[in-house]
Amino acid sequence: MVFTDFIFYVLATILLLSATQVITAKNPVQAALFLVLSFFTASGIWLLLQAEFLAIVLVLVYVGAVMVLFLFVVMMLDINIDKLREGFWSYLPLAALIGVLMAVEMVMILSNKYFIAAQSVSHPVGYSDTAALGHVMYTEYLLPFELAAIVLLVAIVAAIALTLREKRESKSINPSEQVVVRKEDRLRMVNMKSETEPKPDESNTKGEAS
Amino acid sequence: MDTIKADLLMSLPEITVLSMAMVVLIIDLFLNKKNRLVIYGLAQVTLFVAAYLVWGSHTTTVDYAYSGMFVDDPLSEILKLATLIGAAIMLVYTRHYMMLRNMFSGEYYALLLFATAGMMVMISGHNMLSIYVGLELLSLCIYAMVALDRDNPKATEAAMKYFVLGALASGMLLYGMSMIYGVTGSLDISVIAQRLHDSALINPDFVKNPVLVLGLVFIVAGLAFKFGAVPFHMWAPDVYQGSPTGITILIGSIPKFAGFAMAIRLLTTGLDALVLDWQNMLLIMAVLSIAIGNITAIAQTNLKRMLAYSTISHIGFLLLGLMSGTLNGYASSMVYVMAYVLMALAGFGVILMLSRKGFEAEQLDDLKGLNQRSPWAAFLMLITMFSMAGVPPTLGFYAKFSVLQAALQAGFVWIVVFAVLMAVVGAFYYLRIIKLMYFDEPLDDAVIDAPLDMRMVLSLNALALLGIGLMPQGLLELCGRTIYASLH
Repeated sequence: MVFTDFIFYVLATILLLSATQVITAKNPVQAALFLVLSFFTASGIWLLLQAEFLAIVLVLVYVGAVMVLFLFVVMMLDINIDKLREGFWSYLPLAALIGVLMAVEMVMILSNKYFIAAQSVSHPVGYSDTAALGHVMYTEYLLPFELAAIVLLVAIVAAIALTLREKRESKSINPSEQVVVRKEDRLRMVNMKSETEPKPDESNTKGEAS
Repeated sequence: MDTIKADLLMSLPEITVLSMAMVVLIIDLFLNKKNRLVIYGLAQVTLFVAAYLVWGSHTTTVDYAYSGMFVDDPLSEILKLATLIGAAIMLVYTRHYMMLRNMFSGEYYALLLFATAGMMVMISGHNMLSIYVGLELLSLCIYAMVALDRDNPKATEAAMKYFVLGALASGMLLYGMSMIYGVTGSLDISVIAQRLHDSALINPDFVKNPVLVLGLVFIVAGLAFKFGAVPFHMWAPDVYQGSPTGITILIGSIPKFAGFAMAIRLLTTGLDALVLDWQNMLLIMAVLSIAIGNITAIAQTNLKRMLAYSTISHIGFLLLGLMSGTLNGYASSMVYVMAYVLMALAGFGVILMLSRKGFEAEQLDDLKGLNQRSPWAAFLMLITMFSMAGVPPTLGFYAKFSVLQAALQAGFVWIVVFAVLMAVVGAFYYLRIIKLMYFDEPLDDAVIDAPLDMRMVLSLNALALLGIGLMPQGLLELCGRTIYASLH
């Protein structure tokens, strides 16, 4: 066994174990941390495949930004784990059925001759994955790349449009509005029946009762 | 350098719309409430300039740009033109409605322009990647627009439902695309078609490959969701009802052009080799859509919900044309999508006209006695309903007729008989609206005040249903020629 194979198996084992822990861990914070670990090992596997740009981006973007945000949210929310697990047994038969179906489908697809291990590509010394990606991104994939930027802009616009509330008006006095105010704007005349005074007898009896 | 220049020139309409969307966003910052009409004017000018650019670059050849990501053929030009004009009509209808509901904001117009650009990209997409990005651009804008009326819990609920289910559908579409990519090794529509064709020549059983078929299943499911075809239709009634009517008119009309283009590119061009498989899938969905759409619509009391089910049945007819698998069938589907969008714009336009400040016309009862309140509005609705039902002198009749004819030529006799029977069932709820308008007493006598431009455009729109219905030859020929020039 070559040394790189050995590293691959170590990384793959950690990846699978931590991925399993993500869905089985009782504590959501632990689950998020296991997800960080699985991202980290996955980026190691990418490094083995000589895809260093993807490996670095995975760590920088997912581990560095997305998962930190995720952890913040998980820690701030008060998640009641017992409530989440309610009804586990009643959902189990249906979930198991769907799970088995999906597993069978996956086996059918994966046993197909299209899913054979590809020949590993080795690049000459000095080959830059990043430069190659940048090259196709600005030539062959220019259109989807620019459009993806527009999609991000739309996401920003939409998020602001949906959440930004107008600033509340300040309570400062506007003199020009104040001087033109008329009596009718502020004063409302109400016609009410006069209320009669309670009779002295009643108030006396009430006083005694209490 | 020259190729980039040619690429940019070819996508000039898209670039115009996208740049103007950003200009609208910035100018909106410097305007106070009274001057917001400037934004409306800018959006309209943008749509017309883009339409002019599309029209000016009209060719009869098929050209590619951005290394095959973008196609400029007669089909894309006609559909883009229709999308831009449809968007302009929609803006006229919604201006007054939005103003009364405090939603007349720069974001609305910017998002609408972005969505329009998304549709144009989808229409011109010739690579699974660009089609998908265009679709996301469109969908994201629509999700946000549905929720734009923030303090309305119904709209928020509709946006949430639409967003979650839409994301699921996008996932399915992507999953299918990834499987097709796995088998063919390309995302380019023409290359996929070529490789499938070559492999099928060597080994005829190649197209029965489970990966390929499963990929197709996911793609068809994703497409069906975006169209709102049964059994992926459950979002439509809730979203149509919950959204503000000014947004429902958008969801229910022009994106169908983009959906049609996407179906043409993915199924008939890219996965042409699998025609027998997707023909069966579309057949089942078409039959179910026509049946469930028409039958469920009868039970609705909410006008917008009823129109949602009516849309589902129209989509069924549209799929019937696509399913035929012939150029004739695709052309008839194109006629249908054009007719459908015109009808939907007119139908929702009348609903928008009846709404006023603090009042949403959305129950069937709100149409009662419309003839006494406003004979002209009732007449326009009458034409629209006759057209949706497919009564002869209207455009709706010719659209249904050409789709059914194409299906008949492809040998689906019993399906055609079934579709005609269901159309008769559907006529019930369209005619019920006419009965409500002409033979019932009005429940309220509020004056219908719509701005002059809206009344004029709405009249033209509804009369076009009658006019094109009387002389359908032009539209039929245009669609036939376009499909033939683009796909042959």
